[in-house]
Amino acid sequence: MKRTNDADNLSFRAALVHGDSATKLSALVMGAGNFAHKQIGKGLLYLACEVCFILYMVLLGGGFLHGLVTLGTSTGGEVFNEETQVYEYTSGDNSMLFLLYGVITLFVIFFFLFAWADNLRSAYKSELLAKQGRHLNTFAEDVKSLFDQNIHKFLLSGPVISVFAFTIIPIFFMALVAFTNYDQKHQPPGSLFHWVGLKNFAALLSTSSGLGYAFWHVLGWTLIWAVFATFLNYFFGIILALVIDRKDTKLKSLWRFIFVLSIAVPQFVSLLIMRTMLQPEGSINILLKNLGLIDHALPFWTNATWARVTIIIVNLWVGIPFTMLQVTGILMNIPKELYEAAEMDGAGPVTIFFKITMPYILFVTTPYLITSFIGNINNFNVIYLLTGGAPASLAYNNGTAGKTDLLVTWLYKLSMDYQNYNYAAVISILVFILSATFSLVALKRSKVLDNEEAFQ
Amino acid sequence: MRRLIKNILVHILLVVLSLIWLFPLAWVIMISLRAEKGSYTTTFLPKHWTFKNYTRLFSETAVFDFPRWFGNTLIVALCSCILATFFIVSIAYVMSRLRFKSRKLLLNICLILGMFPGFMAMIAIYYILKGMGLTTGVLKLVSLILVYAGGAGILNFYVAKGFFDTIPKELDEAARIDGATKMQIFTKITIPLSKPIIVYTILTAFIGPWCDFIFSKVIIGTDAKYYTVAIGLWNMLQKENVYQFYTRFASGAVCISIPIAILYIFMQKYYTDGLTGAVKG
Repeated sequence: MKRTNDADNLSFRAALVHGDSATKLSALVMGAGNFAHKQIGKGLLYLACEVCFILYMVLLGGGFLHGLVTLGTSTGGEVFNEETQVYEYTSGDNSMLFLLYGVITLFVIFFFLFAWADNLRSAYKSELLAKQGRHLNTFAEDVKSLFDQNIHKFLLSGPVISVFAFTIIPIFFMALVAFTNYDQKHQPPGSLFHWVGLKNFAALLSTSSGLGYAFWHVLGWTLIWAVFATFLNYFFGIILALVIDRKDTKLKSLWRFIFVLSIAVPQFVSLLIMRTMLQPEGSINILLKNLGLIDHALPFWTNATWARVTIIIVNLWVGIPFTMLQVTGILMNIPKELYEAAEMDGAGPVTIFFKITMPYILFVTTPYLITSFIGNINNFNVIYLLTGGAPASLAYNNGTAGKTDLLVTWLYKLSMDYQNYNYAAVISILVFILSATFSLVALKRSKVLDNEEAFQ
Repeated sequence: MRRLIKNILVHILLVVLSLIWLFPLAWVIMISLRAEKGSYTTTFLPKHWTFKNYTRLFSETAVFDFPRWFGNTLIVALCSCILATFFIVSIAYVMSRLRFKSRKLLLNICLILGMFPGFMAMIAIYYILKGMGLTTGVLKLVSLILVYAGGAGILNFYVAKGFFDTIPKELDEAARIDGATKMQIFTKITIPLSKPIIVYTILTAFIGPWCDFIFSKVIIGTDAKYYTVAIGLWNMLQKENVYQFYTRFASGAVCISIPIAILYIFMQKYYTDGLTGAVKG
């Protein structure tokens, strides 16, 4: 059993150094090692893979890679055709597609290298097994193993492909856009964009430009918002859960049901309702006026400070039930022995709460706290559906950003409304760095990564 | 005595909070039954009550075709829910029950990918789909399905993984000794034991497209034929439509919210069932 494990963990470097001639030949002609050991089917697959790759690179990939470097040279327009003596319209190069095809080609090369290394490992493994006089898998057995020993390869293939297609490649593409001048003035087709290095980062991070001014202010509000939204919801959610969970509270499930109901309704519905209710002529203002409490409508969305406070309060409505739900589950799972032991030692209810209940909740909810903080940094829905970033501020990059915009809603507006994809991409990268550093540090400290198998 | 006062205060507090939380929901139901048009009226309560907003929502489809949006969303939700459930259960099973060389690496990659703002990828996806010509006509819905099922959502396999982690290893080992392949263990042992978490995964994936606003906004754009419910209702509230369609927005919102809320409450039930583990002691 141990020897098969060794054969599974061969590196392709070992294959290149210690392999026999057939194995080494596999580095040039993929599948050669498998052919030498009569594994025709597997060898053919590797060979086909190599042939396809070479054909692709010669016919298309080379050009695509060149295009990735230049991002297009001809802007298009009318070109005089000598032969027919007329002006012909040419569409020119599309920098966006050049970038996209270039990225795809890079990934094709990456996958090919992966297959190449796999081919060397497979050849070396066959060689070693043959030397030891042990059984070599036939092609049919290899296929069968996909449902048994190698089931992870079979089950993961679909998800891995789609994560590459819908997450990794797009993110990589977007990250590259951050280093180009793909903005309003450089929209393909018809106009080219180029590599500009770190210029966009400099423009956004500088404190003197309008863009930089907007960035630092939006970032500041994003952090303030995330801190308030996370901790207020967390704090009040725990209190609500504890109040409902008290021994003397009647109708526990009714209260829980009411609060769960408010999150069961699609968020966009409740947020849109809130937005209309809090308009200057919305029902809240009407109600307050009819009751004679106010003379003039309260500026819930029109005054920057009002809008910011209103958003945080509306978000309490949205968020408290979530925390309550989480904490209720946790409260049910606190080991009863802990309480019994504490009571035996003569601890009162206050001591039990501060020494057992609270630390337990804090310990178990740390990952939840982290994810909700990150979630709030990226909380597009609440901001976009409530205010859309308004009220706008001219000082913020000529009004592309508003006083309640988060980095994410600003980046959405920059790309969908203003076509400044380069700045949007830079903001995405910065948001990623922000949330990644924060969550990595927090996860490391809470050690949730380490005790994964504690309950198995 | 002190205890009684405290109890009364707590219950009064809960009643007040419940009213605050139910108020917007009650209000939208009231608006959906209001006969007067327009978003802003001078009175808080409607002067006349009517059911017409509901009937007109489904019969007057010339400008805003609500039944069609409903159909679009239903198709997208069903297809992406099947695909996503398959993906999520597969990943969760592999990461929880199997040990192989690149497992730790893959888990860490998932963790990092999960930290990217979801729509950083999405805006890029839009341009990629546009480049591939997938943003015309019905292909928009196809790409929406692919994005929901295959996008960042499948990185949320942790709940299902956590559940599979609680299934005792001895069950797998016993089946191995009886000669079962790992595929058979997956389909004949793990899946039947995991009903609550699989139902939970199915419901989450199904509810997602109904509640999602931003992905469909970016991918569907302004093509009213392929609107999902969320985009359509949002459009009813835009400046040029709000006067005419405000009460109909409310009735549409009620029509969507009731089934989704019921599904959500079911989902919560399966979620709590799942939390208590697979094999109960």
